[in-house]
Amino acid sequence: MSIEIQGVSKRFGTFEALKNVSLSVGDAELVALLGPSGSGKTTLLRIIAGLDTPDSGSILLNGEDATNRGAGDRGVGFVFQHYALFRHMTVMENVAFGLRIQPKNIRKSKEDIRDRVMTLLKLVQLDWVAKRYPTQLSGGQRQRIALARALAVEPKVLLLDEPFGALDARVRRELRTWLRRLHDEINVSCVFVTHDQEEALEVSDRVAILDAGRIEQVGTPQSVYDNPANPFVFSFLGNVNLFHGRVKEGKATIGDFEVDAPEHRNASDSPAVGYSRPHEMEISRERNGNDSLSVVILQIQAVGPNVKLRLKRTENEDVLEAEITREKLRELDLKTGEAVFVKPRLVRVFIADPSETPLNYQI
Amino acid sequence: MEDTPKRSRTNSGNAFIRWLLIGFALVFLAVFLVTPLLTVFVEAFAKGWGAYKTAIVEPDALSSIYLTLMAAAVAVPVNTMFGIAAAWSITKFDFIGKNVLVTLLDLPFAVSPIISGLIFVLMFGAQGWIGPWLAEHDIRIIFAVPGIILATMFVTVPFVARELIPHMQAQGREEEEAALVLGATGLQTFFRVTLPNIRWSLMYGIILCTARAMGEFGAVAVVSGHIRGQTNTIPLHVEILYNEYNFVGAFAVASLLTLMAIVTLALKKFVEWKISE
Amino acid sequence: MTTRRNILPGFGISTGFTLAYMSLVVLIPLSAVFLKAASVEWSQFWATITAPRLIASYKLTLGTSFVSALLNAGFGLLVAWVLARYEFPFKRIVDALVDLPFALPTAVAGIALTAIYSQNGWFGRYLEPLGIKVAFTPLGIVVALMFVGLPFVVRNVQPVLEDLDSEIEEAARSLGATRWQTFRLVIVPTVLPALLTGFALAFARGLGEYGSVVFISGNLPNTQISSLLINTKLEQYDYAGATAIAVVMLILSFALLLGINLLQSRTRRFQETA
Repeated sequence: MSIEIQGVSKRFGTFEALKNVSLSVGDAELVALLGPSGSGKTTLLRIIAGLDTPDSGSILLNGEDATNRGAGDRGVGFVFQHYALFRHMTVMENVAFGLRIQPKNIRKSKEDIRDRVMTLLKLVQLDWVAKRYPTQLSGGQRQRIALARALAVEPKVLLLDEPFGALDARVRRELRTWLRRLHDEINVSCVFVTHDQEEALEVSDRVAILDAGRIEQVGTPQSVYDNPANPFVFSFLGNVNLFHGRVKEGKATIGDFEVDAPEHRNASDSPAVGYSRPHEMEISRERNGNDSLSVVILQIQAVGPNVKLRLKRTENEDVLEAEITREKLRELDLKTGEAVFVKPRLVRVFIADPSETPLNYQI
Repeated sequence: MEDTPKRSRTNSGNAFIRWLLIGFALVFLAVFLVTPLLTVFVEAFAKGWGAYKTAIVEPDALSSIYLTLMAAAVAVPVNTMFGIAAAWSITKFDFIGKNVLVTLLDLPFAVSPIISGLIFVLMFGAQGWIGPWLAEHDIRIIFAVPGIILATMFVTVPFVARELIPHMQAQGREEEEAALVLGATGLQTFFRVTLPNIRWSLMYGIILCTARAMGEFGAVAVVSGHIRGQTNTIPLHVEILYNEYNFVGAFAVASLLTLMAIVTLALKKFVEWKISE
Repeated sequence: MTTRRNILPGFGISTGFTLAYMSLVVLIPLSAVFLKAASVEWSQFWATITAPRLIASYKLTLGTSFVSALLNAGFGLLVAWVLARYEFPFKRIVDALVDLPFALPTAVAGIALTAIYSQNGWFGRYLEPLGIKVAFTPLGIVVALMFVGLPFVVRNVQPVLEDLDSEIEEAARSLGATRWQTFRLVIVPTVLPALLTGFALAFARGLGEYGSVVFISGNLPNTQISSLLINTKLEQYDYAGATAIAVVMLILSFALLLGINLLQSRTRRFQETA
């Protein structure tokens, strides 16, 4: 089922949760709504589900206006952040609930219901806890039961609200892969909300990034990461180094080096900010061209397979972060306090908007 | 949800002080609570089992028991329905004036029982608002059974609601929302999801409501007219016997209510145990 | 917490029924008192409520309620403390017993207490020779109100004590506080709001209490509480007089109710942020 969100706005009291948001979700697509707390992503999800009503705008499900349809009439399945399993029912009864309450004329027989429940439990690999109660299950198990329960009524869309938020890191990673595989298997449109960019980029077909009630960018994980539309997206999807400078007619001058910025070829002399990722910083012991920066190593920290370097520019007080491999560290034999050179391989230049609140996403 | 268990701090500290405090507390409770309890039964059986039985099966006593049960049989179910509706409205929705409603719910608690009876006399009594109209149509409310039922209803309004509201508030709305998305109607959601979660609080609220309905004295005293055999509930009958210096009779009938109180307390413990499971 | 639009079903019917029922059974009857009072001439109204017997009854009612609530605050704290923090045999039964005044009808409590404290009663026969008359005196009213009000204090304070994280006390001890200092500076402030609420509830209950008091007070001139006077006026068919007194009592009760609710909501907010 396709979902069309058109111009949806929602406010709670004086707080504007969503400001004129529009988005399309295709049939059988897995879309992530990504953003920080308060960005409106959960509100948007609930509006799609019918658990909240928008102040303006509409929701179309398969081309039909569903804005005024009740939550039970939309053919959606919803998985809550804290599972919302019926605590006094067994796992079996939980999953069967949606089937048992259907009107008599479409309700399946008891045996059919039981078969369907067991099939679903096998799908989520929890057929062996059928007789247990939710309180007897772990968080990860409860989440999978919540999923099975939502799938039981054959929804055309699956909506998940921070499905792995309350779980341990390792369980979270396992369930992430598992959700992707499940989606590929059952081919239902999925929209899930998360604040974890790694999760969104890893699992989804497309990502919608929200901030303060607006959609900042929509695209495939690769495209939003490689071509962020604005500084917010850039910083939200990973660590950044900031360079303040100016841009004029296609060329950005950042401190003492120049960067080509063809997308701003029409810019008259404007203040600009350059963004660069830590792992795109090349470290060398000699100056390597006009865009090499002279730095001093403040701190070397090994984090798993990589090495994080904190560097301070000698020209000003800017602190940069670079990420290099262990081999590189050994090859250059770097030590704290040494003076080296760093060259950002890729700098994305954005015009600094003085009216925007200063962005300070540096680690 | 995963909760780290609170470490028990029972019995820490100086054993002497501990036992001293326990001793004081137990003595206090024995003097103030246990002795009245015991007195009822001791006085009831002061003249033996025979006198006790006579006092209870005496016709006026029996009719008072009947009237008490009838008043409770009306007041409790009605106030239970009200309590469920009020708790549902207050805990599952947000609306302007909700806090006012919650405060209003406590009104019958704040009002003296005598005043609780007075208000019905003012409305339905001979000089009351619709008193003359009632007299014309020969409908008796005050000094008759309907008045007793009304007064009983008034004083027991909050009991079920007050038990349900905190419990339902603590449980939140997510299970109901989940049921809704799964396609359940309002009634289905209430009976299959909400009710099983609140059944013990509901039961306890009903128990308290019943105990109060059967034991109400002040409000009923005002509206009843004390007509023996017709408009006396058990507490009123106790009062009459006591004022006639028929102490054995008074305490014998009172012992019935005391037994009910003890059963209420036992059921409360049972329900608490069930809720904590 | 954001406010949700009311998407769960049944808003109209549940709220509508609730409001209708409340109006019909509670609000309209209560308004009868004020409407009746409004129809009475002001001078007559004033004369009724300021009659010497009435003034005496206010003093008596307020005084006995206050004293009994105060005593209950002390003893109630003791009982709550013992129940929340210690283990001892039959503790469950004792805990259940605390609710006895809630469950026992007031009339039964009334006659039982009178029997105990009258001249040949179990306690009365020892107290009277000592010159301590309980039955048919204000002291008897205090005792009766203590019986009725005890659970209000205990049941308000006990949960707070039970929820008191032992780690907070341990933190205080580790910083060098003595037992007494920990009690005074850590425990008491935490418990104080609940204690105040319990006191206020017991006090409010005491003001309007009838059944348990009417027997032990004996309706003597110096032991007439205000609620008793309302009943007396009713028996004399002086509806205007009864209503006048009722208005005074209701205003006082409502003011207390508002105060208690304010206190409780501030307490709850305080505990939530903890």
